[in-house]
Amino acid sequence: MKKINLKYIALFVAATAMVGCDEGFDETVTDVGFYSSGTADFSKYVTVGNSLTAGFADGALYLDAQRQSFPAIVAGQMALAGGGTFTQPLVNDNAGGLLLGGVQIAPNRFVLSTVTPAGTLRNSPGPAVYTGEAPTTDAAIKVTGPINNFGVPGAKSFHLNAPGYGALAGVATGQANPYFARFASADNATVIGDAAAANGTFFTLWIGSNDILSYAISGGVGVDRLGNTNPATYGQNDITDPNVFAASYAAQVQALTANGAQGALLNLADVTSIPFFTTVPFNAIPLDAATAAFVNSNYVQYNGAMVLYQQGGAINAGERAARTINFAAGQNAILILDEDLANLPNPGVPGTFLPKLRQATAQDLITFPTAGILGTLADPSNPASIIGVGFPLGDANVLTSNERALVTAAQASFNATIAALASANNLAFVDVNTALAQVASGGVAYNGGVLTSAYATGGGFSLDGVHPTPRGYAFVSNLIIDAVNAKYGSTLPKVDVGTYRSIMISDNVTN
Amino acid sequence: MNKIKLLGLLSLMSAMAYAGGYRVSTQSNKQLAMGHTGVAVVNSADILFFNPAGLVHLENKFNVSVGGFGVVSQVQYQNTEFGTFSETDSPVSTPIYLYASYALSDDLAIGLGIYTPYGSNVTWPTDWQGSHLVNEIELSAIFIQPTISYQLFDSVSIGGGPILAIGGVSFNRNANRTLTNEQGDRSNIAIEDTGVTGIGWTAGLMFKPTERFTFGVNYRSLINIDSTEGEATFSNFPNSNLSPFQDGTSGFTATLPLPAELTVGVSYKWDKLLLAFDYNRAFWSEYESLDLVFENGVESINPRNYKDANTYRFGVQYEATEKLIIRAGYYFDESPVQSGFFAPETPRGDSNNYTFGLSYQLNPKFALDASFLYLKFNEVSESYDGYLEGGVPAPFAGAYQSRAFVAGIGLTYSM
Repeated sequence: MKKINLKYIALFVAATAMVGCDEGFDETVTDVGFYSSGTADFSKYVTVGNSLTAGFADGALYLDAQRQSFPAIVAGQMALAGGGTFTQPLVNDNAGGLLLGGVQIAPNRFVLSTVTPAGTLRNSPGPAVYTGEAPTTDAAIKVTGPINNFGVPGAKSFHLNAPGYGALAGVATGQANPYFARFASADNATVIGDAAAANGTFFTLWIGSNDILSYAISGGVGVDRLGNTNPATYGQNDITDPNVFAASYAAQVQALTANGAQGALLNLADVTSIPFFTTVPFNAIPLDAATAAFVNSNYVQYNGAMVLYQQGGAINAGERAARTINFAAGQNAILILDEDLANLPNPGVPGTFLPKLRQATAQDLITFPTAGILGTLADPSNPASIIGVGFPLGDANVLTSNERALVTAAQASFNATIAALASANNLAFVDVNTALAQVASGGVAYNGGVLTSAYATGGGFSLDGVHPTPRGYAFVSNLIIDAVNAKYGSTLPKVDVGTYRSIMISDNVTN
Repeated sequence: MNKIKLLGLLSLMSAMAYAGGYRVSTQSNKQLAMGHTGVAVVNSADILFFNPAGLVHLENKFNVSVGGFGVVSQVQYQNTEFGTFSETDSPVSTPIYLYASYALSDDLAIGLGIYTPYGSNVTWPTDWQGSHLVNEIELSAIFIQPTISYQLFDSVSIGGGPILAIGGVSFNRNANRTLTNEQGDRSNIAIEDTGVTGIGWTAGLMFKPTERFTFGVNYRSLINIDSTEGEATFSNFPNSNLSPFQDGTSGFTATLPLPAELTVGVSYKWDKLLLAFDYNRAFWSEYESLDLVFENGVESINPRNYKDANTYRFGVQYEATEKLIIRAGYYFDESPVQSGFFAPETPRGDSNNYTFGLSYQLNPKFALDASFLYLKFNEVSESYDGYLEGGVPAPFAGAYQSRAFVAGIGLTYSM
């Protein structure tokens, strides 16, 4: 009898043990082989580029955005298909400012704030420099250990091939880049050399934006260096010569593929895709009829002079029309200076010239910082000196249609080079330009919203108006994943764009 | 015992004690071992929970049952579109029960029951993919039920009593999918309340037309747990006038329904064998939405849209030896969660539940009860569509694989 009891009890224990061994999902996404790398090898991913590759956002390189850089996101998905560890030269903090030997040389990041630096409430939320913590990242302190992300904020195409671009001594003189100085392997190292030495099995290259964007952001203050193939003569705000770009880029692709690595090349977005140029409309001046009439009375002489110069043949009818200033009730085009207009003597004051005034058109792009000065007084003692109405916007505030055409031409040339090199080297090609144009015109839907390029609210772009938010970088990551899967037959899963944050709100901005 | 018998018994046991939602069917070791049937099974003072009308049928004048369980549960989540995976690391929860009955006369008995029929204990990794819905939830409710049972006719008895429920809840989720403080730490809302009381009642009827057949019916009323004294804690919110909350604490109100349920069942006793079947309907449709209203007026509306759900329970009991009774059971448990409202706080589809257990008579007065339950939830690919961000639906979708083990031990005393 006792034996039978024991048998039943043993059975109970055995059954308990049996059902306790059950497993979970039949197939788990983390299982080896669930996702395929196709013909690619993601075991070591190396990425090269500028601020976009570094994870720069909100006007600064700061920790939280850097951790959500597109290379970090892509590497996270690659980890599901044989990808290895991915290390970035992380900064110290979320202040974002950069120090050089203890002295701040780059400002903290922007946050969206409801208060002014003085602590008073703003009329509407706007960007403000985050003061919630002091910057602690010093360009003079080297990042140690191997890294995978060779994104250098500020770098142009030819900078990546320039020895000494990471020499700390050159930072103060503008010869070197403080972000590269943090992780350059030697003073005479090049970005591309260090990246190639990392010996990746897979790479992405996204470079060239600054070759056109720094000119555009400066309002076209720089020079289009078309035909000048010596970058040593270039200024910060100049447009790079297409041959310089092509040669630099080809050398980079060659360096990165020398070991047989596969990769993806990303092309360059249009200036009209970024809120820096789309937030302030060309006709941002609201006037009532009485004010418009008063303003117009101040331009009677100028308009009359234009008629005379046209009759005299100094300008054509087109320029005469463009330079005829006229305000009316409603929204009015902003008054700007356009250096490309003809130089006309001032009949009233011999020996001087008339200002090159005209009103903006939809083809002119007003820079984002202009929002802060538009409608204010250029001369506080002169109530007629309203900027954009009685006082023109300067060159630095407007990318005029002529200047914009130079940018567009260079961009088209650069993008053609990138596409051709992708094809010639059998690499994946990521058409960021087309995708971001879709974001800018109507937006792209994701689970839980629509990504647009509207400033602060669109989700895609950070508060500097140029660089994406982590959500925007997640969108770019999916573009890369699509292109890589298509090229290499891999099955990398995309990321859920809506789970990446947009801009950050904070009122920690007071001085 | 040969191998075929063993296999047969094991596969029979491969069949059920959780019910859907946050109902936990662990109110008796003896009955859990039989698929948690019991509305028509007079085994011990445990009948006080299953059907108070049966209390008067107990053979002994004074009966006490006490026991407890360890509930180990795990849920895995994955989304193959995005390559995301998470699994819960929930603490072991420990439902308990105590029943005592006393026969005042041959046709009148009284009793007191203390038990924990509702509970949930789900802990996801902090900031996991669904953390905007839930990071961690812990629900518990202790029911105290004084009971009276009366033999109305020779074959019919009735019983019932009031129920005092004492509940507690703690719930923690992130503010939304992306809000963080200035350091990138996810903004989080945690609510907690304990000692919330609610009142309900239970009533049952038992009909024994023959020595072998017993029919039973039992109804348990809805009990609303109204939380008004709890505290909400906000953390990692950015310092901004645009932020919905600032770090700190506030009051909140919320109502959690513990739904009514109706059980009808039958048992058949033949020599040493007892067979039991229960049909159970839980009126979960009461649980429409979990609405939190905070002191600052901000509301968190979380649609649930549960539906009424059925459970079908089968149990068998066999007196193997004079001292040993073995039991096994199965139940099929419909999930009250409707498609499109699959929130990861109770991520359960329909489940197959397999139970077994035994009782060993230690001496004429004391018996030791043990039971085991294995719950296998069907793998489900589902979504929770009730979540909005900026007025735009942001469904949370994926596949869930849930399972749970429950092991219990109890002691029965009869005099």
